[in-house]
Amino acid sequence: MIRLSGPQSFGPECASEKVLRVTTNSNLPSPLRHGTVLVTDELADIYVGFHTVLSRSDRLNLPTLASWASYLNDGDIVYVSPVKSWLQVLYRKSSPINSFLVTERCSSNCVMCSQPPKAAADDHLYSSFIESIPMIPRSAQEVGITGGEPLLNFDLFIKAIERARAYLPETALHVLTNGRLLAYLENARRIAKVQHPDLMFGIPLYSDLSDRHDFVVQARGAFDQTIRGIINMQRLGLRVEVRFVLHRLTVDRVREFARFIARNLPFVEHVAFMGLEHMGYVKMNFDALWVDPVDYVDDLDFAVQHLSRARIRTSIYNLPLCVLPKSARPFAQRSISDWKNDFLPACDTCAAKSECAGFFSWNLTCPSRGIHPLSQVEI
Amino acid sequence: MQLPVLHSRFRDQIEFDGGADRKYQPLPAWFRRLPSERVAVFNMVGEHVVIPFSDFEEFIRGRLPKGNTAYQELKSHHLLLDSTGESAIDLLALKYREKHASISRFTGLHIFVVTLRCDHSCPYCQVSRVSSDRGAFDMSAETADRALDLALKSPNPNIKIEFQGGESLLNFEIIQRVVLKATAAAPALGKTIDFVIATNLSPLTDPILEFCAEHRIALSTSLDGPQDLHNSNRPRPGGDSWERAVEGIRRARERLGFDQVSALMTTTRASLSSGRDIIDAYVGFGFPSISLRWLSPFGFANRSSKKIGYPLQEFFEFYEQGLRYIFELNRNGIPFREDMAALIARRMLTPFDTGYVDLMSPAGIGTAAIAYNYDGKIYASDESRMLAENNDFTFQLGDVHTSTYREVFNSDHLRSIINKTMVEGTPMCHECAYHRVCGTDPVVHHATQGDMIGTRPTSVFCLRQLFLNDLIVRILADEPSNAKLLEDWANQ
Repeated sequence: MIRLSGPQSFGPECASEKVLRVTTNSNLPSPLRHGTVLVTDELADIYVGFHTVLSRSDRLNLPTLASWASYLNDGDIVYVSPVKSWLQVLYRKSSPINSFLVTERCSSNCVMCSQPPKAAADDHLYSSFIESIPMIPRSAQEVGITGGEPLLNFDLFIKAIERARAYLPETALHVLTNGRLLAYLENARRIAKVQHPDLMFGIPLYSDLSDRHDFVVQARGAFDQTIRGIINMQRLGLRVEVRFVLHRLTVDRVREFARFIARNLPFVEHVAFMGLEHMGYVKMNFDALWVDPVDYVDDLDFAVQHLSRARIRTSIYNLPLCVLPKSARPFAQRSISDWKNDFLPACDTCAAKSECAGFFSWNLTCPSRGIHPLSQVEI
Repeated sequence: MQLPVLHSRFRDQIEFDGGADRKYQPLPAWFRRLPSERVAVFNMVGEHVVIPFSDFEEFIRGRLPKGNTAYQELKSHHLLLDSTGESAIDLLALKYREKHASISRFTGLHIFVVTLRCDHSCPYCQVSRVSSDRGAFDMSAETADRALDLALKSPNPNIKIEFQGGESLLNFEIIQRVVLKATAAAPALGKTIDFVIATNLSPLTDPILEFCAEHRIALSTSLDGPQDLHNSNRPRPGGDSWERAVEGIRRARERLGFDQVSALMTTTRASLSSGRDIIDAYVGFGFPSISLRWLSPFGFANRSSKKIGYPLQEFFEFYEQGLRYIFELNRNGIPFREDMAALIARRMLTPFDTGYVDLMSPAGIGTAAIAYNYDGKIYASDESRMLAENNDFTFQLGDVHTSTYREVFNSDHLRSIINKTMVEGTPMCHECAYHRVCGTDPVVHHATQGDMIGTRPTSVFCLRQLFLNDLIVRILADEPSNAKLLEDWANQ
């Protein structure tokens, strides 16, 4: 969220909250000005036709962006609330992957959730995503849909992916969902009927054992629903990625989990093992959840090797290369978004820094005993 | 396992695992004892766990405690159902169906025996004739056309036509005829058709290779190992079977592509002491795998068995030594597989249908593979036409000249045979730990025991399968680095 300072002169037609496209071009032809916010440094005479005009400098008599938000650029999409005097960046054109948070409500309550659910009605989040879709450049590689549980409002979800298919036929769509609602075949059918050309569902599965998974997501019966959801998706040709978060309640079975996937769900397109993000619920459950990665990486290595022998594409997210055994490193991805990605002083001398996922900024205080700079020979 | 306690706003583990409720329901399970007081427990799709026998006893008595490692293993492998996790049934159903997927596709392999004539006189072959009488032992154009009509009526969208002999290249005109007609008919039927010629390669000529290249025909040849062994196993005038096969393999790879030529070996008594040499020969020729095949038990009823046969136990030693040598090769950086071990590992470790016609339940006879003999008689399998050469016509299903598709493939005769080949019902198979990864062979049992169902304790087929399955289970349980190789093979 970006607060706006300075005069609150938004003009008469700007009274309501709105999704707008950013432009820095004050000479924009007038037919293109509709629905845009002009971000400018200079004083010009005519701002007619722009929905809103914001300044990067407080020298102008305009609502002013905080200086750290000066990255706003052409093609970005923002949500502006003139009444409350803030704006929110929904889409950054320069970022290869943009995710839209479409709800904070959730049917699960995972003990390590980095973005804990809230119960309040929040359909405006879905609406702003749906409004954004036609403004997203057609060249966008991938757009993510995340929550909360995006499928809870199933009608809006269908509307959103229909719109994405219509306006962004070349953009991959990645949905993070617990898949529980897809245990109803009819729901899976409705999604399949949209025939989106590039739609992938990332579905968390935290154990081969139902009771353990249910405990982690704090919902009895969730494992059965998710498994049946995945089976229904397979039946209808919907693509599935399985996500496994590594912490004390899951790592003791990571080998068995890999075997379970290879035996039962060999059709999943991708399995991602994810290091813990020290955010949200993790902060209140830290002692219960924390395992130093060096204490589980051998099991993790077994799991990724097993899945890769079973010809299933496998990745490791959020773990630095130096804690992984050499054989597991090819699976590691630079998975952390730049704005929350950091490194330790020890990393400065590391030869692998440029290929390394590094850390979540908020993980730096408790990284791992295994952190050490790698030499060129070790890579 | 005792899990750590979470912040008070979260619910305890006990609310999700049934807590004090210790009841569980065993799912269908089969078991076999292993050394060191252990037992391998198999589920209904051929997956297994190895647990201590004492835990197994507690399990079947309904007293296995939840935190126990064996409990979790059994639950993870769909051998046990408790208060949550009913989706296990859905997953079992999915896997069961996948493992039987080939049944619904119906007959895919169609064997055309284009001639019985052969330039070789191998003692383990029951059918070939050294003869120059083309009329008596060659498939005629009319017979071939009628056989092809039947083959193309199969609902299977992917047909494989295999030309067999005798030496099939001695009747190449008929092969050409079938290939051209089948290729022309395929698009309208929406089918893909693969062709393979089983040949000893000695009559291979450049025009034959040109034709094979043009029509993407693969070659399958016999290679029993090193020169001396091969030539003594496979006599021909001039004693140069090996030289001709090797030269044929080289030329065929050059013209058709390296992977378009495969080879099969048969183990005779003379082979038993040459396991490493046989495997080295395959490695040396660049083959990715070998199938250490036993001598078909038809040999035991045959006059040559005294010369080339051997007790089962000696084959087992030969096989295990060979397999272990192959593991050693892999550890030395030479990727190479044993096909039978790979097949069993695939069945035990993956949910996929292997569709190996000689080891299926129900048996693949007629429903997965069928053989059209040179004279037009239709047999349920390649082996059953060999029986017929000894005047046993039990597995004859019709004649291409007089039978309709329905009369062959929907006959009471074929149905009654297949009814006797389902492991869920055949005596002793139904309670065998390995039944889901095994199969039945009514032809072998008929030939060796006079009964299609057969009697397992004395069945050479069963003893061989038990040996192979025991070996693979032991390796998976006790030899981690070899187990990894088997896992790798299982997924290739």
